Amino acid sequence: MNTLALPADGPLRRLSTRLIGGPRLMLFLLLAPPLAWLGIIYLGSLFALLAQSFFSIDEFSGVVVREFSFATYREFLGNPSNHDIVLRTVTMAACVTVACAVIAFPIAYYSVRFAGPRLKALIYLGVMLPLWSSYLVRVYSWKLILAREGIVNWFANALGLGGVLEAVLELPVVGGPSLSTSHLGTFIVFVYIWLPFMILPVIAALERVPASVIEASGDLGARPRETFRRVILPLAFPGIVAGSIFTFSLTLGDYIIPGIIGPSTPYLGQAVYAHQGVAGNIPMAAAFTIVPIVIMGAYLALAKRLGAFDAL
Amino acid sequence: MRSTTAGAATPAVAFHSVSRSFGDVLAVREVSFEIADGEFFAMLGPSGSGKTTCLRLIAGFEQPSGGRIEIHGDDVSGTPPYARDVTTVFQDYALFPHMSVGENVEYALMIRKVAKAERRRRAGEMLELVRLAGLYDRKPAQLSGGQRQRVALARALINRPRVLLLDEPLGALDLKLREQMQLELKSLQRSVGITFVYVTHDQGEALAMSDRLAVFNHGRIEQIGSPADVYDHPASAFVAGFVGQTNLVEGYLAQRLGGFPGNYAIRPERIRIVAPDAPVEPGWACIDGTVVSTTYLGASVRVQVAVEGGELAVIEQNLDGGPTRAGRGPGAVVQLQVERRHVQALAASAG
Repeated sequence: MNTLALPADGPLRRLSTRLIGGPRLMLFLLLAPPLAWLGIIYLGSLFALLAQSFFSIDEFSGVVVREFSFATYREFLGNPSNHDIVLRTVTMAACVTVACAVIAFPIAYYSVRFAGPRLKALIYLGVMLPLWSSYLVRVYSWKLILAREGIVNWFANALGLGGVLEAVLELPVVGGPSLSTSHLGTFIVFVYIWLPFMILPVIAALERVPASVIEASGDLGARPRETFRRVILPLAFPGIVAGSIFTFSLTLGDYIIPGIIGPSTPYLGQAVYAHQGVAGNIPMAAAFTIVPIVIMGAYLALAKRLGAFDAL
Repeated sequence: MRSTTAGAATPAVAFHSVSRSFGDVLAVREVSFEIADGEFFAMLGPSGSGKTTCLRLIAGFEQPSGGRIEIHGDDVSGTPPYARDVTTVFQDYALFPHMSVGENVEYALMIRKVAKAERRRRAGEMLELVRLAGLYDRKPAQLSGGQRQRVALARALINRPRVLLLDEPLGALDLKLREQMQLELKSLQRSVGITFVYVTHDQGEALAMSDRLAVFNHGRIEQIGSPADVYDHPASAFVAGFVGQTNLVEGYLAQRLGGFPGNYAIRPERIRIVAPDAPVEPGWACIDGTVVSTTYLGASVRVQVAVEGGELAVIEQNLDGGPTRAGRGPGAVVQLQVERRHVQALAASAG
């Protein structure tokens, strides 16, 4: 012990005394680097981008005019195809979120309430495993799975359900020439890719519901269905909202899946990507970026009221 | 479900050689007992002795692996918890965290679709009964442990179950509050006249509150009786040791104090310490010994005395004040006397 002790009056000892005596100083030293990172590099660049949206682009020269104006927003709001992009993306994000919740809940419920420790570990692994492989590989695999020559089509035909698949693909809006080039295909792949982000918070929320609370409900006369509706679902709901923050925001910002699978109609992320890249219209890209930020801001405010942050 | 022919003599709860196994583990082994209507019945035992499983069998959270359970004369095999006229107060209270205190209390009425005004009125009454009037709108998280306990009681009692099951309901409270709640629960039980089945590992609690108690060990009941019965006439060494403190004697000492060879239990407070040459009254046994140590307990003093063939604990009322009486210090030579009727012969403990 003695060999480890600092000299009684050395500068290190004085520093250590000051750190232990003043927890605020300690806290400041520990927090300063990450806060600087967050403040300067993350928020700073975000605001730099947002500031760009108040610049405009010279139509003839294509040069960014660094003067404050609402010209970009006027152009953004004045173009009906932009409205379509926002509407399409938000609708897709909402549909994906609802589908993820519907699929995730039974899986999470089963794993928490009924599965034994080994099966539970397997379910966890099954949920997590896809997250450890490449996102691009998984998306391209789905392109093959959903293609006209793909396994889904083959399987449907083998079961004699080829007609059903055709009928689905003929539906307006969601349909298309094949699953891999329809909105339905985009939807399926979005749901697949973001599903783990819904399952995990729902599992976390359900695990926090004590078994005795569920027993108490039955004990007081509630049938299992009522117990589910009045006790289990309300207690798991913050977890569903927490999961929906992920599925909604991730769908809102993704530009790869709709580029690979679906009818090539643009989504928000793709619009940002296109404007800042080939078009070199950074102000317009920045204006597009504002949209998901505003939507997510509203969404998070709502989620907070629903108690989602207690369930994360 | 309730049988209309059930007379006054029908027990509230009856177990007929009920067993419950979890895999290879036999939690309850062919247990039979009856709980009378309106009785305060305690199930006492160490953890893992099967008492909580028995409670859960009555509630319907567990189904027996063998045997039959009757509640007010009806065989409840296969009856789910929601269809049984019994309610449980859980050890962790199991209040619904997303509902207010009032909504928790009203829950059973809401499930039975009682009108809102009526619900609210009865919840108010129940909250008054457990002295929580005015806390209707609070959330359980805003309450203290003792208050949550009362909410759980009010919630369980609002629908007037015929049997109330309490699973170590005072276990999470501190000592002072626990003693106060013991009194309150006992008087509550008298005033509502509902059968209480009370699981506890605290022998003092069981003795203080129950009309009768069952001592569980290794999934079996070692003894059932009134608190005085069980304390004064323990049926086995386990009961003698678990309920109160006891001196278990065998061999020479047993022969000397009990008169016959065998196993005996002697309560420490039944032994008196007298001068070495004090006369022995008829019907009393005596033995000489040397004081080993004394422990000051406040209301009493525990004296450990070495005697031929072993050591005996004696508890003396602290009548004089001070840590030890004169002539009771370590090394003092004393005579111990005990009335023979307090030397309890024991059957060998099962398990």
